[in-house]
Amino acid sequence: MSTAAANFDRRARPIDGFVSWARRNAWTLGLLGLLAALLVFTKLIQASYGVTGVQGLAISVLPLALAAVGQAIVVISGGIDLSIGSMMALTNVVAAVIMNGQSEEFGVVVVVGVLLLGLLLGAINGGLIVLTRVPDIVVTLAMSFVWAGCALLVLKVPGGGSALWLTNLVLGSLGNEWIPKAAVALLLVVGLIWIPVRRSRLGLSLYGIGSNQLAAFRSGVSVGRTKVVAYSLMGLFSALAGLSITASTGVGLPVPGPYTLQSIAAIVLGGVSLAGGRGGIFGPLVAVVILSLLRTDMTFLNLNSNFATVAQGIILIGVVMVGTLVRFRERRA
Amino acid sequence: MTLTGTELLLEATGISKNYGAVVALKAASLAVRPGEVHALIGANGAGKSTLVKILTGAVRPDSGTIAVRGRQRIVHSPGEARRGGLVSVYQEPALIPDLDIRSNLRLTDTPIEPFRYWLGELGVEDFELSSLARHVPLAALRIIDLARALAIEPDVLMLDEMTAALPANLTERVLEAISRQRGGDRSVIFISHRMIEIGTVCDRATVLREGETVGVVDVAAGSEERIVELMLGESAKDLPERAAHDAVGGARPPDAKPRLTARNLASGTKLNDVSFELEPGEVLGVVALEGQGQDELFAVLAGSERAGAGELLVDGSSVSFHHPADAIRAGLVFVAADRAEALLMQRSVRENIALPYTARMRSWGLIDLRAEQRTVDAAVATLQIDARAGREVRRLSGGNQQKVTIARWVAGGVKTLLCFDPTRGIDIRTKQQIYVLLRELAEAGAAVLLYTSDLKEIQLVCDRAIVIFGGRVVSEVDAADADETALLRAAYNLRLDAPLPEHVAAQVVADSSAAPAAPLSDR
Repeated sequence: MSTAAANFDRRARPIDGFVSWARRNAWTLGLLGLLAALLVFTKLIQASYGVTGVQGLAISVLPLALAAVGQAIVVISGGIDLSIGSMMALTNVVAAVIMNGQSEEFGVVVVVGVLLLGLLLGAINGGLIVLTRVPDIVVTLAMSFVWAGCALLVLKVPGGGSALWLTNLVLGSLGNEWIPKAAVALLLVVGLIWIPVRRSRLGLSLYGIGSNQLAAFRSGVSVGRTKVVAYSLMGLFSALAGLSITASTGVGLPVPGPYTLQSIAAIVLGGVSLAGGRGGIFGPLVAVVILSLLRTDMTFLNLNSNFATVAQGIILIGVVMVGTLVRFRERRA
Repeated sequence: MTLTGTELLLEATGISKNYGAVVALKAASLAVRPGEVHALIGANGAGKSTLVKILTGAVRPDSGTIAVRGRQRIVHSPGEARRGGLVSVYQEPALIPDLDIRSNLRLTDTPIEPFRYWLGELGVEDFELSSLARHVPLAALRIIDLARALAIEPDVLMLDEMTAALPANLTERVLEAISRQRGGDRSVIFISHRMIEIGTVCDRATVLREGETVGVVDVAAGSEERIVELMLGESAKDLPERAAHDAVGGARPPDAKPRLTARNLASGTKLNDVSFELEPGEVLGVVALEGQGQDELFAVLAGSERAGAGELLVDGSSVSFHHPADAIRAGLVFVAADRAEALLMQRSVRENIALPYTARMRSWGLIDLRAEQRTVDAAVATLQIDARAGREVRRLSGGNQQKVTIARWVAGGVKTLLCFDPTRGIDIRTKQQIYVLLRELAEAGAAVLLYTSDLKEIQLVCDRAIVIFGGRVVSEVDAADADETALLRAAYNLRLDAPLPEHVAAQVVADSSAAPAAPLSDR
């Protein structure tokens, strides 16, 4: 029975391939459907929503989207990082302070330097978790205070500046006015970093230690090293997110934004299991857009912004509940 | 069936359960008389666990009726089943690790005195009730779980693979305790893959195949054949004869180095002094009672633990492992008994096979997906893995999961395979496939070290066997002489010609089961 079945499986028809692909990505496809519905709804309640709206959406989601990708990588590998908001603030102000009033060329050096700083911050988080064996949630919570304090040491009040080319990288559109530069930059950066990672031994190891640490260890995966790499990647994405704030606002903001918890909300909505080992990067990206669009819609509906926050929480639970139910039924099927 | 419904203690008829398109049970029935020990047998995936879950209320059936003492009833939850006199003990002890044993007992309203009585009957004396469940060794936990169930005197006690991986001495006690339930008002449903145990304690056996009850057999001498026939259906076949396995040594040049040499290995308090040589093309069995240092030995060989003393040589050169990756690079790969410790349960068959295979590569570059796919496909085909539910390994049956843990090493080419009880809790057909595979690997030049709790596997698969007792090798046996009695004597560290005195056996039982119950220094 088993051989026959295995042989049969290998003669898969293209349609089977599509069905299994759709099944594998059911959560993300569902999110895309939800996003499409939301866009239609937005257009219905606000007929003037168009190019400007999409441009604004792309810019506004950029920092959270990058943060969510970083958070997703860490959570997939079985950890969590509560210091992402602070790391974003720190990299944001460092970039803004150093670039302020300097030449455009120097800005390139600063950007590279800040990305390296992000890697370092992440590596420190990961290294502490591996070396001290203090739970990740405790280490990163503590480090969130450290990094937030450092950000305020660098810059007391909002200020600094950004290189013009950096700002131009995310503002405006590319070719067609419907294609915002921010979205292109986001997909490019995420693709360039995540795809090689996912396709390499490192990607498999990340999923491996998140799924079953002991099994990964016994399979010859260096658990500690992989963890440090995961947190370093997280640091890199926080730096990218911090830079995107510098670019889009033109200044440094030393007080951390609400990115830490928002990024966790986004990855949960995006289908990443908080228990580790499951999920991807694309789902969280779509989830970030959905969360942002929801807020926009609340504004269009003239709802109290506090109510919008309440609604966001309820929607998060609702969507994850419905999604889990659907997935559960599908698994039974 | 001559008995009417009212004379039966438990009767389940026409039970079916579908999970979407997957049929778990289609026409299962089970009739248990009062005072009997009733075996429930079937290959992995035949529906045993689903049936037990339905009987204990953990799963609702799609159709069918369940009657207890002639009264039809629907059970909604395990708690309700428990109050109604249906209690089950699973292979994985259902004790809460962070509570001490006393609190665990209180949680299930278990009276202490009967519990202590049964604990004693099962061979565990002087047990400290205040020890945390997580500090108690697994074998003792199983015994505690069973004693807890016996103490509340259930009408129907269901034992699911209770004896799997129990050391021989404790298994005997358990079987004895089960036999004592016979003839009274209560009954036991006994699920096991071990025919000998079924022959020893069971009165009748219900055989399931592919979700259907295919027969009820009165257990007597010779009924084993009939049961296996029913279980396997059309595909019943004997294990291929072991042909000329003793010719292996002759083909080897006399000056060739052994693949693996262990000299005076020691680690912690359990492993004291183990030396052996493992040749290429050989399957070397390891026999030991529970907790004689075999876990530590395999941990050292697989690189997850550092040896405290002694020397390890691979192909004649001395090695020292700091990480499993070192051992894997040296060609020493480990197959664990507990699949949950070896597999990425939420990930696909492909990733599970590819993980150690790619971990072997030193580069951090892109994985060649096509080459990987070819390797994985070849491994899946070699092991005849039914990978239809391959998206998540946890959806595979236990036997198929275990095949995946072996396939991942076969995929990259095996030099030395360290198998720690690889057939634990697996159905006969998969066991046979694994035996054949191990022999084939050995014939292809691999060296295999096989620890097994199922003593008859030594003669089936191994060329010779070493026996470990108290962390030392006490005996080496040729497979031809390694029948179960001889191995058991050796495992108890008795001379081969001496009788097995009851008091020595009792002492060993006390040593190996009561002693570890004291708080352990390390986990």
